[in-house]
Amino acid sequence: MTKFEIRGLRADVLIGEDERQEILKGVDLTINSGETHAIMGPNGSGKSTLAYAIAGHPRYEITEGEVLLDGENILEMSVDERARAGVFLAMQYPVEVPGVSMSNFLRSSVTAVRGEAPKLRQFSKELQGAMKDLAIDPAFAARGVNEGFSGGEKKRHEILQLELLKPKVAILDETDSGLDVDALKVVSEGVNRAKAGGEMGVMLITHYTRILNYVKPDFVHVFAGGRVAESGGPELADVLESEGYERFVKAGA
Amino acid sequence: MTSPSTEPRAHSHGLGGIPFSKLATHGSFDVNDFPVPAGREEEWRFTPLRRLRGLHDGTAVADGTDKVDIDAPAGVTVETVGRDDERIGAAGFPADRVTAQAHTSFEKATVVTVAQGAALERPVTIHRQAQGGTRYDQFVIDVKPLAEAIVVLNQTGTGVRAGSVDIHVAEGARLTLVSVQDWDRDAVDVSQHNAQVAKDATFKSIVITLGGDLVRLSPKVAYKGRGANAELHGLYFTGDGQHHEHRSLIDHNMSNTRSRVEYKGALSGKDAHGVWIGDVIIGEGTTGTDSYEHNRNLQLTDDTRVDSVPNLEIFTGEVEGAGHAAASGRLDDIHLFYLRSRGIPEEEARRLVIRGYFLELVNRIPVEELREEIMAKVESKLAEHE
Repeated sequence: MTKFEIRGLRADVLIGEDERQEILKGVDLTINSGETHAIMGPNGSGKSTLAYAIAGHPRYEITEGEVLLDGENILEMSVDERARAGVFLAMQYPVEVPGVSMSNFLRSSVTAVRGEAPKLRQFSKELQGAMKDLAIDPAFAARGVNEGFSGGEKKRHEILQLELLKPKVAILDETDSGLDVDALKVVSEGVNRAKAGGEMGVMLITHYTRILNYVKPDFVHVFAGGRVAESGGPELADVLESEGYERFVKAGA
Repeated sequence: MTSPSTEPRAHSHGLGGIPFSKLATHGSFDVNDFPVPAGREEEWRFTPLRRLRGLHDGTAVADGTDKVDIDAPAGVTVETVGRDDERIGAAGFPADRVTAQAHTSFEKATVVTVAQGAALERPVTIHRQAQGGTRYDQFVIDVKPLAEAIVVLNQTGTGVRAGSVDIHVAEGARLTLVSVQDWDRDAVDVSQHNAQVAKDATFKSIVITLGGDLVRLSPKVAYKGRGANAELHGLYFTGDGQHHEHRSLIDHNMSNTRSRVEYKGALSGKDAHGVWIGDVIIGEGTTGTDSYEHNRNLQLTDDTRVDSVPNLEIFTGEVEGAGHAAASGRLDDIHLFYLRSRGIPEEEARRLVIRGYFLELVNRIPVEELREEIMAKVESKLAEHE
């Protein structure tokens, strides 16, 4: 049983040398293992900032609050320590790292997170299986990390990493954006496989309700003006679907 | 058609009214045609003359020896010839005083010929181990029509070296030349590669510079027919106090020729100095030139210095593509963030990104065994700086 708590989180985006802007204005949210929380909200409300700030992206700086994983403040950890502690961020725009092969990267990552190097043969079998589940061509393993991948290919590889790393908490930042329905199904199945053990908490950030047909949320939160503006059950998504975010945009402004 | 403005010519200035390239397409075989450089000249302003050990002012005494082992598969002839062999110097003039000095002073030249239509079963490997002293050398690599060859020039050891490698890639032939400057830390090497690329031929140059106190390498390409293609790839890792200078010149003196220049370096440690000069001339009256050059530098510490200068001279309006780019900077923190966000510790993430940066270039070497050998050299150099 894992408890992931965000308490009074405030964060700035660093724009230039002396320029910054506050984006997160006091976020509170608790996610227990086995729960899926959808974070929905208008563009520019700070959803992605929340994801990046938790992961420790260098362009964001946390000014107040804490993020606790089973009582331990992960904000005091380095980026890689957070990942090894069990926090995973599937990025909206995964980064291309030229010349570093996907297989080499994945092996290094799995080794770091599991604390020991997996046996080569075992790992390659595991990798091949996981790639097959996500309908990824095995040839991608030899390519540079995300190098020249299409948007959909990048998203599949994010979920591939999710399945290999088995985090305690997964933050999925608009994993559905830019996917056609077939790709959306494949990716959603991957998320559901990772959830199946009931040991992972999920923060599912999305602008649209479409993915919620495949990955069922237990809670839905509306994010507006840099904080959680309203929380409810799955039915809240339907309200947002029919009414839009207008009322929250006004409230947040 | 050829372009009168960019043909190699004897060292003389002010020939009249023809627009004349300011870049170093002129030259001479005679060292006395070049004044002793003082350091402010365009072609010398980045080079620390004092560290040339007299190569530039006539005070160096040719007293050095090399141990040279050549492994040549069937289809390849290797000859040692005297100064009067007409194949020497046929690919272009020395463009600076040091290279002219080498041409004036060398005693024997090595000529490697790949027979017409030959497809070699393995690369030609020239192991050159410098055993101290000063020495001037000339190499000629002559690839006959439709032949396909990889030539590796693997240079190690210590000493002060200057010279030329003349390269002829005949019609329809393909040559990959891998030149490795893996000198001892105190070596000095000033050399010029002159490539003549014929109709429908492809010349690929891969330059790997890791060692030495001072390395100044000038690869030059000129074309002899349409459809000729040249790709110059360079990798350098420059450590504390090392000076690595690469000066490429592509002379698009014919129509429908292509060139790509890609040089990537990393610098680490006090006064590591990397210089890249990328000259491209697109000659008068030519059409359909496709050219692109770029240089990237990874400055791993703040006390390093980079000079990166692309020069394009275009004498025609009929160009298919002519571009250049140069960028120098530190490791991309977003790359590091991505790897670290997957649990990979910072030091390991740095290692992965730096290796990836070089692997991109090393992967252009056509033979896997050779790629691994080169990467192992790069690895051991990297390890010194971690």
